Formats: sequence, structure tokens, C-alpha cells
Amino acid sequence: MELKTSISPTIETQQLEVNLGPQHPSTHGVFRMIATLDGERIVKLKPVMGYLHRNHEQIGERATYIASFPFTDRLDYFCAMSNNFGLALAIEKLGGIQASERGEYLRVIMAELTRLVNHTAVIGFLLNDMGAFGTPLLYAFREREKILDLFEAASGSRMMCNYVRPGGVREDVPEGWLERAREIVNAFPRFLDEFEALLTENEIVQQRCQHVGVLSKELAMNASITGPMLRASGVNYDIRKVDGYSIYPRFTFKIPLGTVGDVYDRYYVRILEMRESVNILQQALKEIPDSSASPAISPKGLALVKAPRTFRPPRGEAYGRIEAPKGELGFYLVSDGSSQPYRYHVRAPSFINLTVLEDMCLGYKVADVIIILGSIDIVMGEVDR
Amino acid sequence: MSSLDQLFVNLSGWLLSFFPAGARPWADIALKIGVLVAIAPAIMMYLTWIERKIIARMQNRFGPDRVGIYGLLQPISDGLKMLIKEDIVPRGADRLLHLAAPILSVVPAILLFAVLPFGRNMIPADLNVGLLYFFAVSSIGSYAIFMGGWASRSKFSILGAMRSVAQIISYEVPAILSVVAVIMVAGTLSTVGIVEAQAERWFFFTPWGVVGGLIFFLSGIAEVNRTPFDMPEAESELVAGFHTEYSGMKFALWYMAEFLESFAVCAFTVTFFLGGWHAPAVPFWTLALLLAVIVGAGTRLAIPVRGAGVLGMLGAAALWGAQPIPSWIWFFAKTYVLIFVLVWLRGTFPRLRIDQLMGLAWKFLLPLGLINILAAGLWAWFPFPVGTAASALALIVSAWLLVRINNPAPLQPRTYVFAD
Repeated sequence: MELKTSISPTIETQQLEVNLGPQHPSTHGVFRMIATLDGERIVKLKPVMGYLHRNHEQIGERATYIASFPFTDRLDYFCAMSNNFGLALAIEKLGGIQASERGEYLRVIMAELTRLVNHTAVIGFLLNDMGAFGTPLLYAFREREKILDLFEAASGSRMMCNYVRPGGVREDVPEGWLERAREIVNAFPRFLDEFEALLTENEIVQQRCQHVGVLSKELAMNASITGPMLRASGVNYDIRKVDGYSIYPRFTFKIPLGTVGDVYDRYYVRILEMRESVNILQQALKEIPDSSASPAISPKGLALVKAPRTFRPPRGEAYGRIEAPKGELGFYLVSDGSSQPYRYHVRAPSFINLTVLEDMCLGYKVADVIIILGSIDIVMGEVDR
Repeated sequence: MSSLDQLFVNLSGWLLSFFPAGARPWADIALKIGVLVAIAPAIMMYLTWIERKIIARMQNRFGPDRVGIYGLLQPISDGLKMLIKEDIVPRGADRLLHLAAPILSVVPAILLFAVLPFGRNMIPADLNVGLLYFFAVSSIGSYAIFMGGWASRSKFSILGAMRSVAQIISYEVPAILSVVAVIMVAGTLSTVGIVEAQAERWFFFTPWGVVGGLIFFLSGIAEVNRTPFDMPEAESELVAGFHTEYSGMKFALWYMAEFLESFAVCAFTVTFFLGGWHAPAVPFWTLALLLAVIVGAGTRLAIPVRGAGVLGMLGAAALWGAQPIPSWIWFFAKTYVLIFVLVWLRGTFPRLRIDQLMGLAWKFLLPLGLINILAAGLWAWFPFPVGTAASALALIVSAWLLVRINNPAPLQPRTYVFAD
């Protein structure tokens, strides 16, 4: 792409190639961007990935189906619960396992709580990238901690939850957990109001974010972008609605859509999504059946969890996908009839959303690149796998 | 003049009396230099502590609380750590300039204190061109930053240094323009003269003073690279900007320069606009009496609380009536209030982008600074009600016009569709 230099042609200028990363405070891990600058403007940007590659898919093919669950926690380490959920769906499809009623509810509750955790953290980090000295991030983390406490009570771990299983969840939640969850969920909109009062109308935030890093509808669809990023560009595509997996069709919720597709829309769509998640959570926490009426895991699922080697799904393939907080998270499994998958592939939303980075950044300033990257919402564990 | 007010002046006179008459001027100079050089690191160290504590409070944290009570020894421990850290110079760097740059940045920051009136008769050097001296010395810092960035042989440093030079040069213009109004009204370039001209009314309480003071303070924040104008060391973009490649004591020197300059900006804003070491025109005991009445009338407070509050305020009024607060306490109190504002801004705002930052300087602050000179002229030329009204009108109209001209496409509220 040819860009005219803004400096008068009589002065000879040079372009500067800068390595943003892999050691850089705001590349969200070990991500590297080779940026060519003309002054402060980006003329070329080449993303380099792979610094965190750890053979996730190969490991999945060498392990039983169940043994992959703890590894999926480490994909997108902000959203362990929804990663588990995706793999569980794929295995259920492959083995024809039906989940128990209570298990389904618990999984949806966990997945939506994960969405809250992820979106609060992302907005906090986005503001950090914008130069706010950690204050929004710490406000966001204060709320996030409460939800992580819930995760810890249910699964024993705050981030590496390893909780969802085919057929339900590993263990029922402890007594009183649902009440605690209700309290936290009901208090969440108040936090969102406070957060929005500080950020949404903030003049600096608006000036920095509006009409920066615009992603057109067409490009977003052609590049198979998913998640809040796609919806910020105005495409109505949410797998919870499209696939209606698990028990999502039972809940009433809306899909917020942006109009411009810039950083500001991506920020605000996430805020609105959190409000909708609270909506779903409130419904789910009300309707969840009692543990005496339905176990947390269906008998078939329990058998599979207790003896993973005995689970030999018929030859075939299955693709289980969920609307993870970052986009479409899919697990593709091919079975050859043995107790290990023949092929195990992860469709990682962070990785695919990252492909349009250069198109969004060209012509903007260095400072914009950082917030555009922040607004994509990547986690390197998932990008590199 | 109370003895407390002139405590330091008398103390220095007493110390000087030990020297023979011929050596006294030299001893005087040495004493002042010694005091400044000793005070500057202490101010810097405790500024870091104040900043960390205040920001921690804003972020639901505690801040430093491990070393000493309330973490009061934390700055000293940090200083020790900086001293014993390894000094790393990048390969291919210009070693001499790499060493010289932080020194060149600290020296002017300390020199700035020479023309600062800390209190009545408390000024190290009362230059008759004190204000020019302030601007001349404070702009040396940009050379140091560019030297440091260039000598580091790092691309981030170069980018930071280029941003910094552009920013400092741009913001010096509105800063100087805002002070021109002060020179016009005070009729002197000496900082002592400017403070004395505010004995009856602080310049901040005039229409042009409000605008000038804000322009000066904002430009000052930009010149010392603080949030929301911390482009040159934008952590999330340029790692640490011009001091990316510095470590150990050299890094500490950069930090010291930055904090001393922040202090100086606050102190000079106080000197030029907020009355320097003057107490408010209203005697403080009347304020205490007023507070006593308010507390006494507060029906929502419990009776014992009201009684205690009234007694306390009456006591304060009696104390302040008998012994006015020393001028140097006023000076430091006002300066630290401004420093709190600085920290508050840092804890609150995201950073502007470089083009927005330049736009603010050249499209808004510069024309407003020029109009401010006119406003100050109107205020000084016409008698009281007419002059004040005319100058306020000129400023409000022009500020409104500037906003309209600069913002052809105002930020529109977004609409979001909710699909099923």
C-alpha cells in the first residue's frame, strides 16, 4: 500500500522499522508486530506469532478425550470455563452423550460468568493501553475477583478451572453457591453503571477510540471474524442464537450490534453484551433445577469421566462450537474408533480475529495500533496454542 | 512580621554571622546552594511516595506500606536499590552522551528553584529577570531528553525523544503567552515582584488569571511529560520512551528530573497565579469562625460532634488570630494541592494521541493565550466592573468560538441495535 508522506518532498525522509514485541508492555503476551513507520504513521505491519506455541493439538491427539480438558484451560486462560464447555460439546456430539438438566444450567452459568470476567478484563486492559494508569483495570479486577471466588468455590481453582465435562460438570456446586452467585450477578449492573459513567462519555476515550481501527462489515465477514468484533461491525451473528446450543434457546436475550466498527464500538458492544449476560444469568439462576431433581452430570457422562479409556466413540468427526467471549471457539475432533482422537483441532477466535490487524492499522498512528490490538482482545495462549 | 514567618531567614542570618564580613556573600551563596541541593532529592523522594499513596487510594489499593510506618521509608529503599543496580549501556550507544543526558536533565530542574520565592524574603536569588530565567532554564530539559534518546541507539528512545521535543517546544509557546498577561499587570519580571503584586488579589481571581493559570498549568504538565500528556514516555506504546535504555542511577536521575520539574511547575503556577506565599485576602480566623457557625448549625450532626467541632474551630480561630500562618507554609500548602491535582489527573485520564496533543497546543491554547493578553489589557485599562466584564466576555466568547472552529465534527452519540 502506497501512502503519501506528509513531509514535503524536498526533505529526504526514511521509514523506520520498529519491533513492537515480543517483549513489549502492551502486546498482551509474547506477540510481535514488525511495524514500518513513516514518522508516527504505520505504513506496514507484520504480525509474528508462535512464541508461545506448545503443541496443544498434538498433545490432544496423544491423550484420551477427557485428558485434554486441563489443557484447554491454558488456551485462553481468562476463559477456562468456556473452553471446557466447547470441548465438552464436541465430545458429546461425537459420543452421542446427553447432558443432565442441572449440568446444562451450571455450564451456561459458568460460561456467562466467564464472559463477564473476560469483558471486564478486556476493557480494563484496553484503557491501560490507552494510557490510563491502571485505574480502570483495577476497578474491573475488583469485580472480576468476586467472580473468580465463585469459580474457586465451584471448581477449586480460580483460573484453571477444569470444571465442565461431557454430560454436565465435574462436581455439583457447593451449598449456598447459587445464592452467592445471585448476589454477585444482581450487583453487577451497578458496577457496569459506574464503569460506564467513568468511561463511555469520557472525551479523551471518545477522541482516542472513535473512527480508529475501522473494520468494515465486508472485510469482517470475509476474514471470518467472530465474536464482539464482528458484531461491533454490525453483523448479526451470535452462535448462541445461530446454533442454539445447550439450553440457550430457553433464555430471552438480545444481541447488541455496533454501527461503525471502530474501537469505540468494540468497547461499547462488550459493555452491552455484559448487560445481556447478566440477563441470561439471572434467568438461569432462577430456573436451575434442584440437585435432587437432576444430577450435575448425566450417567453416561459420569461413566466416561470415571473410565476415560473405555470411551471409544464410533469412527467419524464432530465439530463443537460455542460463542466464547472472544468469538467462535470450535473444537474439531476426528475419531478412528480408539480412545484417543485421531485429529484434534482448535478453531481459536483470537488467532483468526488477529488476521485483520494490518488492515485495521494501516494509516493510523503508533498509539492507535496499541489500542486496536487491545480492542481485538487476544490472549496469546489461544493464538499460538 | 512574626518570628515563625521569618524563621529560616533569621536562621540563615545567624549562621552567616559566624563568617567574617568579607566572606559573607560567598558563604550566603554556598548556604543557599547547599540547602537547595539537599532539599531537591528529599522533595523528589517524597513526591514519589505521595504519588504512589494517592494513586493507590484511587485504585482500591494500599500502596507502599512495608518499609517503615505507612511505607515512609520506601523512597529511601528505592533510592538504595537504584544505587546498587547494574548500569547497562546498550551496545553501540554513545557512552558519553548517554551519561551526560540525565545529568543535563537534573541540573536545570534544580536550577529552577533558584528563582522560586518559598516565602516572604525567602528566595535564593531575586533576579530582576526571574521569569525569563525560569523559561530559559526549563527549556534546557528538552535537549537532555533528545540527547538521551539519541545516545541510547534504540528506536523506542528515538521516537520518544522526537515526540518529546515536538511537545515541549509546542507547549512552551502557550505557557509563555499566558505569563505575558502576568508581566503586563505586575509590571515586573522578578518573581518576588509578581508575588508582591498579588498581595491584595491573587491573579487567579481575575478572568484572565483563571484562563492564564489553566493554560500555564496544562502547558506545564505537558512540558514535564505527565499524564494525560505523557507521550514521550508512553508506557503502553514506547515501553518507556526516551529512558527505555536507562537503568540504575541514571534512570533515577531521569525520574528525579521529572518529579522536580513537576514540583517546579506547581510551584510556579502558585507563584504566578495563586498568590505565591500570600495567605488569602480574607484572614484565616474569619474562615474558622464561619466554619464554627456552619458546624454549630448542622442539625444532622450529633450534639457532641457539633460541640467538639465548634470548640475546635474557635480554638483554630484564636490560634490563627494570634499567630498568622507563616508564608512558607502557605506556599507549600498551595503547591501540594496542585501536586495532588497532578496525581489525580494521572490516576484518572487516559493519554491523548500525539496529533491531538499538538492540536490542543496550536489550535486552542495558543490562540486563547493571545486573546488572554487582550483580556488582561481590558481588565487593567478599564475601571473595576467594566474591565472585568469586558475581559470575561472576550474570553468566554473566544473560547466558545475556538471550540466551535476546532471541532467541525463533534463526537456524536452512537446508536446500538439490539438484534434477536
